[in-house]
Amino acid sequence: MRVLAVFTLVIPMLAILTGASFAQQPEKPKESIQIGLSTDTIQITSGFTGTDLTIFGAVDNLDPEISRQGHYDVIVVLEGPNRTATVRRKERFLGIWINRQSRNLPEVPISYSMAMTRPIQDIAPESTMAQMAIGVQNFPFARTPQGPRDSRTHEFATALLELKQKSGLYKERPGSVRFLSLNLFRASVALPANVPVGTHTARAYLFRNGVFVNGVTASLGIVKSGLEAEISRISRDNSFAFGLFAVALAILTGWLGRVIFRRD
Amino acid sequence: MSIYLPIAEMSANVFVLLAIGAAVGFLSGLFGVGGGFLITPLLIFYNIPPAVAVATGANQVIASSFSGALAHFNRKTIDFKLGGVLMAGGMVGSLGGVYVFSLLRAKGQLDLFVSILYVVFLGTIGGLMLWESIGALRKARAGVTTSLKKPGQHNWIHRLPLKMRFRASKLFVSVIPILALGAFIGFLASIMGVGGGFIMVPAMIYLLKVPTNVVIGTSLFQIIFVAAFTTVAQAVTNQTVDVVLAFLLMVGGVAGAQYGAKAGQRLRGEQIRALLAGLVLIVAIRLAVDLFIEPASPYSVVTQGMV
Repeated sequence: MRVLAVFTLVIPMLAILTGASFAQQPEKPKESIQIGLSTDTIQITSGFTGTDLTIFGAVDNLDPEISRQGHYDVIVVLEGPNRTATVRRKERFLGIWINRQSRNLPEVPISYSMAMTRPIQDIAPESTMAQMAIGVQNFPFARTPQGPRDSRTHEFATALLELKQKSGLYKERPGSVRFLSLNLFRASVALPANVPVGTHTARAYLFRNGVFVNGVTASLGIVKSGLEAEISRISRDNSFAFGLFAVALAILTGWLGRVIFRRD
Repeated sequence: MSIYLPIAEMSANVFVLLAIGAAVGFLSGLFGVGGGFLITPLLIFYNIPPAVAVATGANQVIASSFSGALAHFNRKTIDFKLGGVLMAGGMVGSLGGVYVFSLLRAKGQLDLFVSILYVVFLGTIGGLMLWESIGALRKARAGVTTSLKKPGQHNWIHRLPLKMRFRASKLFVSVIPILALGAFIGFLASIMGVGGGFIMVPAMIYLLKVPTNVVIGTSLFQIIFVAAFTTVAQAVTNQTVDVVLAFLLMVGGVAGAQYGAKAGQRLRGEQIRALLAGLVLIVAIRLAVDLFIEPASPYSVVTQGMV
């Protein structure tokens, strides 16, 4: 498997700003987290079959005592572009399975890949995760229903999450964030074969004893490269010329086939 | 060897696609049909999104019908005037079909509608052909020689106004049924991704009483234009024509067709018709089964701005 992108280490930055204002009270500066992306775009070729993306990061001002007990946790999320998704449900009608009901769900991330130090329920209570909208079940569209109409929509949202998980677009990987030293960590998030192109957002969250302390965000573009990407772009931007080209190609192939393979 | 299909947005095996093209091409040469009605379902069975399979099928049909029409052009078995009138109707029908296509796609009913059309048309035509050819085979075994009904008796179609003379077909007939037939086939062509030869040929023989020798050439000739029109219309409105996929199918198809035509000379007419009928019915049954069995998940997701 190729290594898709290499990520640099971010040199730990000291949180001098906070330190100065608390001069008389010798309280420690707040813990901070950084992630470094060595590139702001990743090119995937047409034969892309999925890979793991490694993100390096650093944490600062950790309490060595808490750190030794392993009570610091890191969650790294790579979230794909948000789009409206239409979910349809088939029902049996005269023996045939037909799409009957549908719901439009707004702001659905096309992909959502999560890496964390431990299973999510061990990091922080469910209420904290819900408040911070971390994890697929905490997306705004997937929230717990408020009324009867809402609860029917909730069924569609649940089905969407299941389908996305089955297709590998939504993934959670406990244990795939590892501390390399006291300050450095490495996160490995999944980039599935069907990863959408567009602007992705990488987020890192630092938790101490189940309490969120700091977070950081970076953006990452994923683009398709190569001839196939070019064809797909032309088919959208210049659809009439593309149609004429398809026709001309067919005529030429038909004529050549007749000339080369003629049997009568 | 796998190749990425840019519009279908999936990887597929080059050799599988070439083989599908060649197999369908062989059959189309053998039976004298375009093969679109086999290509589109095969692509759907191969997990190509139906919207892409249909639009790409139309593109592939251009190559096979152009290749076939060239042979008929040399033999002078094309009625250009009749083909032109059918084509005029065909373009109107195709435009309507592409419109209905995007409407159904937006409503999420395209896959179902395409499947139902296939089951109905393939089932009906396959059934009729099987019935007719088995009868012919029985009679041949019993030693009775029969010929297809001679055209000549006039039916209601020949009493319609706006008559036009078609010299190559030795016909003097109203343009209304010709335009209507063209429009109907054009409509089906754009929704089903077929050339429509399997409906056009019997309709020309039995309804319009076109002499058999010019039927296939004329049908192929007008299918080129309707399929070309459909391809451009699909490319503009739905952006679902996958040229890479179409090209692989065409290459396999044009090669296979020439060998199929050669093989066809060794089989008797009613044997060919019985085999084709069996094939058509198998495809219809397979599609029908998919309509009735419970899907793995009743839910499906479409993300805006993606195929």
